[in-house]
Amino acid sequence: MDQSLKDLKLRVEAIVDRVEDVQAADPIAARLRDLGFVAGEPVRVVARGPIGGDPLVVQIGYTRFALRRAEAARVMIRVAA
Amino acid sequence: MSAASLQVALVGNPNCGKTALFNRLTGSRQKVANYAGVTVERKAGELRTPSGQHVRLLDLPGAYSLGATSPDEAITRDVCLGLMAGETKPDLLVCVADATNLRLHLRFVLEVRALGLPMILALNMCDAAARRGILIDRAKLEAMLGVPVVETIAVRADGVGKLLDKIDGELPPLSSVATPADLHAEVRHLIASAVTMPRRTAALDDRIDRWALHPVGGLLMLSIVMFLIFQAVFSWAAPLQDGIDAGITYAAAALRSAMPDNTLRSLLVDGMLLGAGSVVVFLPQILLLFLFILVLEESGYLPRAAFLLDRLMIGAGLTGRSFIPLLSSFACAVPGIMAARTIQDPRDRLATILVAPLMTCSARLPVYALLIGAFIPERTVGGVFNLQGLVLFALYVAGIVSALAVAYVMKLVRRDKAEHSLLLELPSYRLPHVTDVLIGLWERASIFLKRVGGIILTLTVLLWFLSTYPVAPEGFVGAAIDYSYAGRIGKAMEALFAPIGFNWQICIALIPGLAAREVAVSSLATVYAVSATGDEAAGQLLPLIAAQWSLATALSLIVWYVFAPQCVSTLAVIRRETQSWKIVALATGYLFALAYGASWITFRIASALS
Ligand SMILES: Nc1nc2c(ncn2[C@@H]2O[C@H](COP(=O)(O)OP(=O)(O)OP(=O)(O)O)[C@@H](O)[C@H]2O)c(=O)[nH]1
Ligand SMILES: [Mg+2]
Repeated sequence: MDQSLKDLKLRVEAIVDRVEDVQAADPIAARLRDLGFVAGEPVRVVARGPIGGDPLVVQIGYTRFALRRAEAARVMIRVAA
Repeated sequence: MSAASLQVALVGNPNCGKTALFNRLTGSRQKVANYAGVTVERKAGELRTPSGQHVRLLDLPGAYSLGATSPDEAITRDVCLGLMAGETKPDLLVCVADATNLRLHLRFVLEVRALGLPMILALNMCDAAARRGILIDRAKLEAMLGVPVVETIAVRADGVGKLLDKIDGELPPLSSVATPADLHAEVRHLIASAVTMPRRTAALDDRIDRWALHPVGGLLMLSIVMFLIFQAVFSWAAPLQDGIDAGITYAAAALRSAMPDNTLRSLLVDGMLLGAGSVVVFLPQILLLFLFILVLEESGYLPRAAFLLDRLMIGAGLTGRSFIPLLSSFACAVPGIMAARTIQDPRDRLATILVAPLMTCSARLPVYALLIGAFIPERTVGGVFNLQGLVLFALYVAGIVSALAVAYVMKLVRRDKAEHSLLLELPSYRLPHVTDVLIGLWERASIFLKRVGGIILTLTVLLWFLSTYPVAPEGFVGAAIDYSYAGRIGKAMEALFAPIGFNWQICIALIPGLAAREVAVSSLATVYAVSATGDEAAGQLLPLIAAQWSLATALSLIVWYVFAPQCVSTLAVIRRETQSWKIVALATGYLFALAYGASWITFRIASALS
């Protein structure tokens, strides 16, 4: 089953599988790919926002980004067994 | 040497230290801070290389990609592609990358290399990389990329020598390495071959973030930080302020007794010394505020605060990305409104621009401080809090709450369901350098004093003329100032402002206050000093208004200043950033309506209660 980054538990290592476009030529998805959300990249949720767990802080590569759940939902991941 | 100057542009990801390099190379003092999106405009500077070559260096906004998603990134793209009006295509690109963040930054380096312009790669922050045990094989990277690679440390005086030498030499040949379609795969390959990275993050960042980003702990920390700032601005500055105040009073008294009672004395004492001096008193407070802002900006904490507040701000029709522009507006709305360029979504950007003037800018501080000092007793509440500090804090909160409310109304009006993105980078924490902070404060102080000596003094003197002339004829009944231009204008305006409790002196002060908010204070000082009759020599403004105004009037004026669009520069920058007079009219209109309405309510309630 596909899992998306928005549901990843805090501080669990996962691997990015792909970023899905929610619309044709999705600019947010394109930007996520530019920032390093590409297949095979290790990713981790470092923190969740105080209200409704939104936004998330995500470690990708050597960088931390704050992403909203809707953005994180585009990132499909695999959790290492 | 060669007459034509070399056009060189600094490009790179946000927050990699381009502006720090620019400042180091050109001796400029452009703003450097630890978050993505500090530079939002191109800035040119000049330098001469050791061999005498003249270079025109361009600092550009940071960009994650040449596929721009915000106005600031579009500037960088246009300059690189030679599409920017008034800017020739650069002869040489200095692509800057943060040595501690190569997984992200090298991708952009590859994108820039594909432009086919001569380029140098500057690996910046080598000091931080060394501290974290990151090893980079420079020669190997250079060979693999096919472009010259130099190490730089922009924060050290001797950290840019190698870069300067490279700029000085022959233009490097274009890279002969082909750029593959999958840039990320190429970056991984480069890193695997040339970089040793002991740890993906700085251990210290992880430890701090555990607290700073914690859902409860983080919010608690944020509130404490904000609250401390306001307490400090009020209580720590007091002794310094009293000192300046005493100095001015002493000088005024000395001048008054040393000079004959004539017009010149009145101009010097009432117009210049008491008028402009009444604003200088607030220098310590403004510097304290800037001290906190500078330290926060350099620490890397601000994007974390934006993360914590994002949800709250969405609820109000803004975005976490509005946080830094709005926080900058506490210093001054003009850079704050410009910083809104980093917001990708045009509607979020507009909302941010429209509410930025509601943030309490430092020019409002003198007005608040004067009125609070005169009308709020100096008392300790709950053992630790200074009551005056609490009221000041409440005023800042009032500005913030009303900004959120206005943004919320705008959100309802536009009823927009489209998705907005956040995508905010959280930088490494950094300890601010004491010298940088001191230089920053020195600059602030000189800007402020120049304002006092320039526009504030000019307007104050102008107002002195208006309130002194024409001189009342023999036998005129009433105070001389009633006969003057200022007196007549004030009396005419009073009809409009009497419902919100303003007397004619306040009305006069509102007009020059349009050019610079602080002038309202100096104008009041001048008007009261001029209207003082012979023997009751006018002293300082504060005790004067404390004795003459009702509490309701003072509160109403404070509330007026929370909202009123009393600043021409702000309106001008809104026009420039939005290219629309309609939006300027909208901003002016809603702010005036809010100001008048809120002051009216305040005045009525306060009058009824007293
Ligand atoms: N330790 C260290 N810090 C640096 C160095 N260069 C820059 N910095 C810091 O990095 C941060 C970002 O510097 P800026 O010069 O504002 O970065 P920029 O690339 O112009 O950023 P944008 O304008 O947002 O694109 C600041 O906190 C600087 O003090 C360096 O060589 N070493
Ligand atoms: Mg910059």
